[in-house]
Amino acid sequence: MSITMSEQTINAPASQARATQNEPRLAIKNLDFYYGANQALKSISLDLPDCKVTGMIGPSGCGKSTLLRVLNRMYDLYPGQRAEGEVLMDGYNILDKGTDINALRARIGMVFQKPTPFPMSIADNIRFGVKLHERLSKADMDQRVEWALTKAALWDEVKDRLNTSAIGLSGGQQQRLCIARTIATRPEVILLDEPTSALDPISTLKVEELIDELKRDFTIAIITHNMQQAARCADQVAFFYLGEMVEVGTATQIFTAPRQKRTQDYVTGRFG
Amino acid sequence: MPPSIARNSIPNARWGDRIFAGLTRAAAIFILMLLGSIIVILAVGGWPAFRAFGPGFLISTNWNPVTEVFGAGVSVYGTLVTSVLALIMAVPVSFGIAFYLTELAPGWLRRPVGTAIELLAAVPSIIYGMWGFFVVVPFMSTHFEPAMIAGFHHVPVMDRLFAGPPFGTGIFTAAFILAVMVIPFIGATMRDVFATVPAVYKESAYGVGCTTWEVVRSVVFPYTKNAVVGGIMLGLGRALGETMAVTFVIGNANRITPSLFNSGNTIASLVALEFGESETGSLKLASLLALGFILFVISFIVLTISRLLLRPKFKE
Repeated sequence: MSITMSEQTINAPASQARATQNEPRLAIKNLDFYYGANQALKSISLDLPDCKVTGMIGPSGCGKSTLLRVLNRMYDLYPGQRAEGEVLMDGYNILDKGTDINALRARIGMVFQKPTPFPMSIADNIRFGVKLHERLSKADMDQRVEWALTKAALWDEVKDRLNTSAIGLSGGQQQRLCIARTIATRPEVILLDEPTSALDPISTLKVEELIDELKRDFTIAIITHNMQQAARCADQVAFFYLGEMVEVGTATQIFTAPRQKRTQDYVTGRFG
Repeated sequence: MPPSIARNSIPNARWGDRIFAGLTRAAAIFILMLLGSIIVILAVGGWPAFRAFGPGFLISTNWNPVTEVFGAGVSVYGTLVTSVLALIMAVPVSFGIAFYLTELAPGWLRRPVGTAIELLAAVPSIIYGMWGFFVVVPFMSTHFEPAMIAGFHHVPVMDRLFAGPPFGTGIFTAAFILAVMVIPFIGATMRDVFATVPAVYKESAYGVGCTTWEVVRSVVFPYTKNAVVGGIMLGLGRALGETMAVTFVIGNANRITPSLFNSGNTIASLVALEFGESETGSLKLASLLALGFILFVISFIVLTISRLLLRPKFKE
């Protein structure tokens, strides 16, 4: 009962967004990215459709991770890295100087390759991000913790030990905790950078099922080196090579009828 | 634990390996013997004083070479108060330096400031002493102390802490000099350990929308807590034993008063001043050695407490 109630309130932004469904949640236009003098991304244009999963594939060093790091302005932490072009969210260019980066990162959450639980209790890991942006009563906060952990398919495994250290969880549980921590702030977009590369097959399956579940409410971008995973999870797939986006299409089209030779070579395992 | 492979392999090892292993082991044992012999020498040398004055030696505030009555109370008090006061002043500043250098400072500023900190840590203490005596003491007596005394004149408790004639020398000035001396130590340690936090942890905290301060408070600091406290203890160790700089500015008076602006002394400054005037076999020399023993024990207790404080909270 409590979950259904909170779901209504919590999903409010996503359902509003659904009203304007044909507009992409994020629109990347002519994006160039530089590490100092090195150009890592060349004129990328890509739409992330609302409530869809966009898979990003390509050999290591092709710029996929760089692209994700542009989308939540993570590159800002490092001097010498800069982006040119536009990334539009609700018609606003998030690369603009005046963007409130902390608020942006609450709207565009990110999960990393390696699980990164903070050295605190399981519940505190979830509360951590929420507390930064919202003031909730204790009851509301407890509800949010339960909601996020339930969404991340972790609640049943940890509900009896919410106050124990998150470091004690298994790798797969830690990664789902990180996903829970990310969705707890109710972002609109979730960026997943090879979220299952450090996980065993069973945990991987759980995370993939989770992605399928999450795309009802969130727009998702996922980087993966696993073609099957891209085929299973993604609605649209973009192939990157040497800083360029070679092609983008539905998962079926990319894997069965790629337009470009390089895409075909990559998805059939001839290089990369 | 697997059985000790290293030990089993030594008989088969070549001569060079054996000699090297023997030398390193000798070095390790030498350290233990050195530590043990220092404790024994201090304890044996100080024994006449402990026997003559009993446990009261520790808290007695008498120090009268003429009547041969000695007590450690004043200098123990001075040592603890100056050191703790120094840490209260130094830790926030050191934290600020480390925070700025690792998280905020532009690249071109990090190296010069980092090098300056390391150089400050290498300045001999006699120089801090002279600087303290010729620069800090006059400033304290003409500006800082009169202002504090006037400012807290009507505030209960505080008017006792900041009272008396503003001579410039005293407990507070000594603590200030000590703070300046330990800041480079603590600051450099904090900077080094802050830099060891893996970028991905910081990024995931930034990723949920943290500000820099929130990242440091919630991720960097918990991650480096042990090493940070270790660095503070290193500073405390230096403050407890610092001799020359303190001797210059503390006023060297054998009394305890509530006011931080009054003179006092520390174990190290007392020993340094009186050691030359103590005859071999005299009760005074024994008392000074006993003071050394007490200082040793205080340092030991500090180390033990820090270890206890640092026990991991969560079982992994």
